Amino acid sequence: MKSMKRILGIGAVLLMAATWMQPVQAQQENMVETIKSRGKLQVGFSSFVPWAMRDKQGQWVGFEVDVANKLAKDLGVQLELIPTAWDGIIPSLIAKKFDVIIGGMSVTPARQEQIDFSTPYSNSGQGLAASKQLASKLKWPDDYNSSSVTFTCRRGVLGCKVIEERFPKATLRQFDDDAIAFQEVINGNAHAVISSEPKPSFFTLKNPDKLFKPSPDNLTISVEGFGVRKGNANSLTVFNDWIAKNKDWLKERHGYWFKTQDWATIVQQ
Amino acid sequence: MQTSIRPPARAVPWHRSAWFETLQFVALLGLLAGFAIRGAQSMGYQWKWDKVPRYLYRVIDGEFIAGPLTKGLLVTLDITWIAAVLALLIGLAVALLRLSRSVVGPALAWSYVEVIRNTPILVQMLIMYFIIAAILGIPRQWAGILCLAMYEAAFVAEIIRAGIVAVPKGQREAGLSLGYSSFDLYRDIILPQAVPLMLPPLGGVLVNLVKHSAIVSVIAVFDLTTEARTVISDTFMAFEIWLTTAAMYLVVTVTLSIGVGWLERRYQRH
Repeated sequence: MKSMKRILGIGAVLLMAATWMQPVQAQQENMVETIKSRGKLQVGFSSFVPWAMRDKQGQWVGFEVDVANKLAKDLGVQLELIPTAWDGIIPSLIAKKFDVIIGGMSVTPARQEQIDFSTPYSNSGQGLAASKQLASKLKWPDDYNSSSVTFTCRRGVLGCKVIEERFPKATLRQFDDDAIAFQEVINGNAHAVISSEPKPSFFTLKNPDKLFKPSPDNLTISVEGFGVRKGNANSLTVFNDWIAKNKDWLKERHGYWFKTQDWATIVQQ
Repeated sequence: MQTSIRPPARAVPWHRSAWFETLQFVALLGLLAGFAIRGAQSMGYQWKWDKVPRYLYRVIDGEFIAGPLTKGLLVTLDITWIAAVLALLIGLAVALLRLSRSVVGPALAWSYVEVIRNTPILVQMLIMYFIIAAILGIPRQWAGILCLAMYEAAFVAEIIRAGIVAVPKGQREAGLSLGYSSFDLYRDIILPQAVPLMLPPLGGVLVNLVKHSAIVSVIAVFDLTTEARTVISDTFMAFEIWLTTAAMYLVVTVTLSIGVGWLERRYQRH
């Protein structure tokens, strides 16, 4: 009996060692094939008004949701939306939690070192909303670059980098989501919040006594693309073709979500 | 004539001996590590360990400059020690309140402990910062410290109460019959017997405090966890930075555990 156990034990160890000995390489995925055989497109995104947000019934709606739905329909598969924390979305993509990031992700060189982007399918800018209580006397933009000024942003967005570069002397506090970052400014604990337009404009309109826009122009403009893992050249081609074919539709949808407020009644205000 | 008689060595078969057991364990660890590395390789993740030290420290022109992770660690330690002292004081007060003979006192203490122990610390931190600190005008770092102190105080109160209650009732009765005042009773008879019982779990509370201090990152206090998340969102080196951060927390907590162990040995009941 004891020798039986010993043989089983040694056998298990040898089996593990044998599988370990096999050489392994990071394979070139053929992602579109995988998606089609799986029958489901898994999309990673994060809640960002108006790219993606919940309506009154708790369903996801928004520009990115429309894009993901159409992409899945054109590929002939189901769509699975996987909401992910924004500052962990790239590691999640690399860890294969989903196939593609369709979340209004701006193309930046730092991100391009980690993942590949499709051709741009939309563009937007970063804007500020400032606190009337703390910042009404500050002159834009010079007075904002001082150690007594506090900016807030959502961790991981392009705006954080912009503030670090343009206002290096100011203190930057990063939060887990936009709502808290804006709340800090509304409460008078920070001078200004940076976020992707049109959110700063929406919030300023909703809180005219607490917030104002220090500058009518966007701080930066950026282009957005789908994010895929490196080594997926053929899948990228499929996505780029799709983007090129649907240019007009993308423009129309972008205009609907970003330039109008027609959808405001279906989401919680 | 002095002959030292060595006890005969127990006959242990070779496959049960200490060195073989250790060898097996090391081999198993090596196998598991091999699996982990294989998994990481098949994911195509690029390990960039050489880029980590610059976030710990930099030497510029012979001057030592602390990196963001080190600065975060100092903030964490600062928050932790202040919260620990406050937690001990609040916990002691709540425990004594619970043991008192009034009617309202024990009820108040009991509700405090139950509410604080049974709600998530994340929720408590957000309530403390966005509601209580906003109303009372408490600055950010103190809101974090207060929340941590109040959270751990609930556990400290229960530990202190358990320690005091564990002292046999006869001790208290004997002290009272000898004419000890209440204060002297606690100081000379009850606490010296209760404290050695309390030290191990209090050490655990201290270690928990260090770990829970990471929660202040949701209100953007620049502690170790906040700095780590910022570095990761800039560089995307999730694995390397998180492992380094965990190791830094581990160094702090293990040092504290060793310190508490030394204290326990010193105050051990004979």
